Amino acid sequence: MNLPELFAERAGDYRAGMHHCTEAELPAVLAGLLAGASRVVLPAGIAEPWLTGLSVPTLPDGTAPLTAGELDEAGLSVLTGCAVAIAETGTIVLDAGPGQGRRLLTLVPDHHVCVVRDEQIVADVPDMISALPDPTRPLTMISGPSATSDIELNRVEGVHGPRRLDIVCVHP
Amino acid sequence: MSRNLPIVAITPFPVAAAHELGDAQLRANLGRATRTIRDKRARVVAEVADWEPMRDRAAAVKDEVLDNLAELLARFEAAAVAAGATVHHATDAAHANAIVTELVKAQRAESVVKIKSMATQEIGLNEALEAAGVTPIETDLAELIVQLADDTPSHILVPAIHYNRSQIRELFARRMPGFTATSDEPAVLAGAAREYLRRTFLAAKVAVCGANFAIAETGSLVIVESEGNGRMCLTLPETLIAVVGVEKLLPRFADLGDFLRLLPRSSTGERMNPYTSIFTGVTPGDGPQRLHIVLLDNGRTQVAQDPVGRAALRCIRCSACLNVCPVYERAGGHAYGSVYPGPIGAILSPQLTGQDAGFNKTLPYASTLCGACYDVCPVKINIPEILVHLRQTGPKPAAERAAMSTLSWLMRDRRRWRAALRAARSGSAPLRLIARRHGGTLRRVPWPLSAWTAHRDAPLPAAESFRDWWRRTHESS
Amino acid sequence: MRIALFVTCLNDALFPQAGIATVTLLERLGHTVAFPAAQSCCGQMHANTGYAAPARQLERLTEAAFAGHDVIVSPSGSCVAHLRAHTGLPAYELSELLVDVLGVTDVGATFPHRVTYHPTCHGLRMLRLGDRPATLLRAVKGLELIDLPEPEQCCGFGGTFALKNAAVSGAMLADKCANAAATGAEYLAAADNSCLAHIGGGLARHRGAPKPIHYAEILAATGAPS
Repeated sequence: MNLPELFAERAGDYRAGMHHCTEAELPAVLAGLLAGASRVVLPAGIAEPWLTGLSVPTLPDGTAPLTAGELDEAGLSVLTGCAVAIAETGTIVLDAGPGQGRRLLTLVPDHHVCVVRDEQIVADVPDMISALPDPTRPLTMISGPSATSDIELNRVEGVHGPRRLDIVCVHP
Repeated sequence: MSRNLPIVAITPFPVAAAHELGDAQLRANLGRATRTIRDKRARVVAEVADWEPMRDRAAAVKDEVLDNLAELLARFEAAAVAAGATVHHATDAAHANAIVTELVKAQRAESVVKIKSMATQEIGLNEALEAAGVTPIETDLAELIVQLADDTPSHILVPAIHYNRSQIRELFARRMPGFTATSDEPAVLAGAAREYLRRTFLAAKVAVCGANFAIAETGSLVIVESEGNGRMCLTLPETLIAVVGVEKLLPRFADLGDFLRLLPRSSTGERMNPYTSIFTGVTPGDGPQRLHIVLLDNGRTQVAQDPVGRAALRCIRCSACLNVCPVYERAGGHAYGSVYPGPIGAILSPQLTGQDAGFNKTLPYASTLCGACYDVCPVKINIPEILVHLRQTGPKPAAERAAMSTLSWLMRDRRRWRAALRAARSGSAPLRLIARRHGGTLRRVPWPLSAWTAHRDAPLPAAESFRDWWRRTHESS
Repeated sequence: MRIALFVTCLNDALFPQAGIATVTLLERLGHTVAFPAAQSCCGQMHANTGYAAPARQLERLTEAAFAGHDVIVSPSGSCVAHLRAHTGLPAYELSELLVDVLGVTDVGATFPHRVTYHPTCHGLRMLRLGDRPATLLRAVKGLELIDLPEPEQCCGFGGTFALKNAAVSGAMLADKCANAAATGAEYLAAADNSCLAHIGGGLARHRGAPKPIHYAEILAATGAPS
């Protein structure tokens, strides 16, 4: 199994929604996933071509930064890319770089859509660490939707973070 | 301080354990939960081809930290301060509580949101904050359950492991404002906690956290969690206070590679926990703009001086040892009288406090030395070896000391030993007649061995010892 | 081969059959057994109860008693584990000696009974005996080996643990006995008479439960009346 396949299998194990497409198909796939949102939160530096198919209003985090209260609005989705992804554990890693944004953007809304390109996927955690451009940026490793194992030690999805995580894997 | 620290047992372990054993519901909940997690852990560990070398590496890195503690602390402090954090040093629990309380007061906050943290439990921070008029709000689901129930945690990772889903639903119905659900589905219960805590997160001014790892090289803190309550606390409030045990250090950022593979698999039995946050000082425009890091000693540098016992400080609080421990599975976490229960608690609590504190001297005996804990420990703490070491260095009853001394005196000389075996045999001859009724074993014997026959028959000395048989069959010619 | 027997203090006093069986088995396989009479206890009981000084004296005594012997065997996983950790003696648990040193898995025994095997903790985790005892038992003529549920669970003995923490020990024992009884076996075999005394003491109070037996006694059995 190659890294993108392993990543997709492992991320899927967490009950993240897994989607696959080419670069050309990406805007349509994103438009479909975000069609049910009231508005789509966008981090600074998001790739403009991703947004070409969107049918719903956007909420960009710009010169006037969005507040936690604004992000708590019902029905919001957030769209980001990622810095790197880990195949072995099905993890996406955000480092607050362009197209990922401040940490609260991917925390307060209830739905997160994340775009992962094949070339961003590394084998394991040690490889992820060497792939980071700057480890002192705020880092968030995300493995599936928010979950808890606190009740009878069984993992159940959906506590404080986004209860729905959709990962779009872009293949060449 | 008059109040006992939450790492001092106020009841002897055997007494507390016997009491907990009487709770059939508790035993059923614990048995089911520990079995679930044992199986999950075994599955995900078996996936990792280099698990054993990784344990060796992790143990070596932690030993490197203990060998160079002062130097690495200085390096961590320098890096964290350069990144915008303020670093404080706390020698003990009271000192740490005073620092945190003062920092909270300086922000004029009436409450703080908290990420589950063993270090803050160890020092009794919540009680100290309450005494100062500040309300600490636990935001981890299990900690919330325990707080709503006016209970104490019974497991490091899953503090409410002693509750099952229907008990949690009843508790929420009684104590959580606005809770109306009739289902005890875990997803429904988790959803209720989300609604309950969301306003709190959005209004919070100060958060308190611990750390799973602190990186000396970069001054970064690492927080491993599942629910997202951690991310809320690390992101939304303006002020963040981290209480970090000095042994949480890792020398290099790259060391995380092994530790982030070991920890989730060992703790929740997952390949990776849902959320891990790594942050370094203050980032303008993103997250808290004031970061205070309180480096907590509270006995740790003392423990690091003990050549055998120090390995306990490698602990990364995964709690794998609890989940495989047959004693923990029956007695539950409360019996250990400390926020650190189970095998790791039995070696950590008495070392941090000294064995004379409360009944902590009974903890090293809360084990059969079966070794299951050592097998699963991701940082290879030889827990049985440390338990024995603590027994050998701790206080012991005079009568037992005398008996053990007599026994070894008999055993050290072959004539004395043979005579003792013969005396035991002839002395037990009348008992043999009684024992015949039960197939050769004894049903009741006097104190102190009556503890044995409370649960099982006792064997009798053989009619002919092995050495007498040997003399008769191999040395008579 | 000339093999020195460390019988252990417990077997010497309470369960000589295990030592006798070990001697009988090894002699049947054509080996010479020596019994250095200066031996008594390896020191484990003292060490694990917290008495380091007497433990060290007994460890040194055991080393002296076995000086000059190249191969030492003992029918106790627990004591061999202690000797290995605290002395330089070349000590082997019986199944290690048979399988690894002597290269035997079929010892020519006959024991026409249903048997279940409990891997005692120190044999399992300190010596890593693994499959060795079961391999030996499976080769015994007439023996039906039945899996014990939750075999890796400790029986609750733990030396003085059984006295100091009697309630927890009793709860662990009850589970072990229930698992043993559920097998329907006639015998529960193990490599340590300390654990067997504990489990056997519990099983004695269950009607129709398996009888405890040291697996050396099974390997020594030939079906002939003793």
